Amino acid sequence: MSLNIIVLAKQVPDTRNVGKDAMKADGTVNRAALPAIFNPEDLNALEQALRLKEMYPGTKVTLLTMGPARAAEVIREGLYRGADNGVVLSDRAFAGADTLATSYALSAAVRKMGHVDLIIGGRQAIDGDTAQVGPQIAEKLGWPQVTYAEEIEKVADGRVVVKRRIEGGVETVSCPVPCVVTVNGSAAPCRPRNAKALQKYKYAAVPSEADEARKALLEARPWLEIGEWNAATVDADLEQCGLAGSPTKVKGIVNVVFTAKEARRLDNDDAQIEEFVKELIANHTIG
Amino acid sequence: MADKNNLIVYLEFEDGKVADVSLELLTKGRELADKLGIKLEAVVAGDNLKDVEKQVFPYGVDTLYKVEDKRLYPYTSLPHSSLLINLFKELEPRIAFMGATSIGRDLGPRVSSALHSGLTADCTQLEIGDYTDPKTGKEYKDLLYQIRPAFGGNIVATIVNPDHRPQMATVREGVMKREERDPNHTGTVVNLKAEDYIKDEDYVVEILDRHVEKSKVNLKGSPIIVAGGYGVGSKENFDLLQQLADTLGAEVGASRAAVDAGWVDHDRQIGQTGVTVRPKLYIACGISGQIQHIAGMQDSGIIISINSDPDAPINKIADYVITGKMEEVVPKLIKYYKKNSK
Repeated sequence: MSLNIIVLAKQVPDTRNVGKDAMKADGTVNRAALPAIFNPEDLNALEQALRLKEMYPGTKVTLLTMGPARAAEVIREGLYRGADNGVVLSDRAFAGADTLATSYALSAAVRKMGHVDLIIGGRQAIDGDTAQVGPQIAEKLGWPQVTYAEEIEKVADGRVVVKRRIEGGVETVSCPVPCVVTVNGSAAPCRPRNAKALQKYKYAAVPSEADEARKALLEARPWLEIGEWNAATVDADLEQCGLAGSPTKVKGIVNVVFTAKEARRLDNDDAQIEEFVKELIANHTIG
Repeated sequence: MADKNNLIVYLEFEDGKVADVSLELLTKGRELADKLGIKLEAVVAGDNLKDVEKQVFPYGVDTLYKVEDKRLYPYTSLPHSSLLINLFKELEPRIAFMGATSIGRDLGPRVSSALHSGLTADCTQLEIGDYTDPKTGKEYKDLLYQIRPAFGGNIVATIVNPDHRPQMATVREGVMKREERDPNHTGTVVNLKAEDYIKDEDYVVEILDRHVEKSKVNLKGSPIIVAGGYGVGSKENFDLLQQLADTLGAEVGASRAAVDAGWVDHDRQIGQTGVTVRPKLYIACGISGQIQHIAGMQDSGIIISINSDPDAPINKIADYVITGKMEEVVPKLIKYYKKNSK
């Protein structure tokens, strides 16, 4: 038995390493100052897909990402680690999409992919932390879902068995395929790049980022061409895309400035610290 | 059921108890419903729902919808989604809240996707206010402001859903205060038939095995918290924090960066994507103070910041700042506490 698996991946700004120049003077985010990375939990998702590929030979793992052409970088990264191919879904019409409009566009792309057994994605992306796109896609496709997955144990008899993390424990569920699985950060980390795959896919590109020389190469070696789809390719209804298709609107954004308290400052000095501890004991803050 | 356009809260129910997060949402829901002059409703689905009304009526619930069916417990996605989707079509609620738990964050997106209504995850504040569409100039009265940190907690965004209903939001446990409205308040119980809302085909996911233990970590209830951030630097240095916590009778907490680094378990994470705490004393060690963390501890009584960077952002909200390496300062705190306490 072989499976067709789609892995949802997102290129995100590395919000975990926000430096001092990450905010512009006007309080907006300086995206240029943040390195773009493969969303961490999407890597956990990719690992689950690659494990299934090992368990069920002939399984095909296709990466799907929505973003500008430079998001092809996450597809290449996935190819280096063992994925088979990928698609970048890119269109100006998708700009300003909230989670719902994003899930609409991605579900339209999934419908174009033919037979799919499983969609696996990270639980959430670190730039938004919403965890909404996976379940919203499942609903749009009319498929069941398993969220907070830690391990996909097997696929057999038309069902997938998944161990998932819930509050204070774990749950193992059996869910019919096709379905959507979102993977938690506590799942196994993704394997590193494979040297052979890196060699093979080093020049992989979407057509729009290829110069003349690269275009000739893509023609000679078709496996290097990363799919590049737009709203028309996936028959998307533009009313449901981007800003127009987003029920949520951002009313305002503030760069939070804390109202500074007058803190009492102490040095790393024995006498000062002992005095301070005595004070805290005396006023019953501790002890 | 002619009663439409109210505020509804989805209740989580486990071990005969309505979850804390649901009661917190009812408290906030009652406040906002009063402001809007609408009713507060609640819906619960599961098995053995006998006493739910007794637990929620004191929070000011006007109508409680109960859907009892053995197959609705434990929670699975499709039956609960179908219930809410169909019930919301009928009730057309103006606002709907659910906990930002593994249940609410599984359920909310499906419901919003089916109803094409906006959903904002992990809100830290919910308010009522007006909105003018910057493009069309159209004015909207009394929308729900869904306020949450975004972008890794570096900004705070106010989100509105101008044209679609319900306006949906999830909130983490501990973020909102929980307060009974009136111990003698009673509302109406409406028993709904599961089969009127849920198809048999929705029960497709089978739970093979389930282990749930009450968490041993009690951050929310601890009067003193010793928390460590990325500046702690290693797992070994976290042992120092544990020693300080043991000395003071405190719990150890952590920032997301320290959890991501693998030095502490996720159930100790404090902040927007972890637990929100309000202890009497919060000792922040090597925590720089990203807003995502501050959102989860800023209401602490007294905040002590121990940091080698005198300009760490957290120092701005601290009452006491000790500038120095935490691995030097913490042993001194332990030493002088032991010396001076009786």
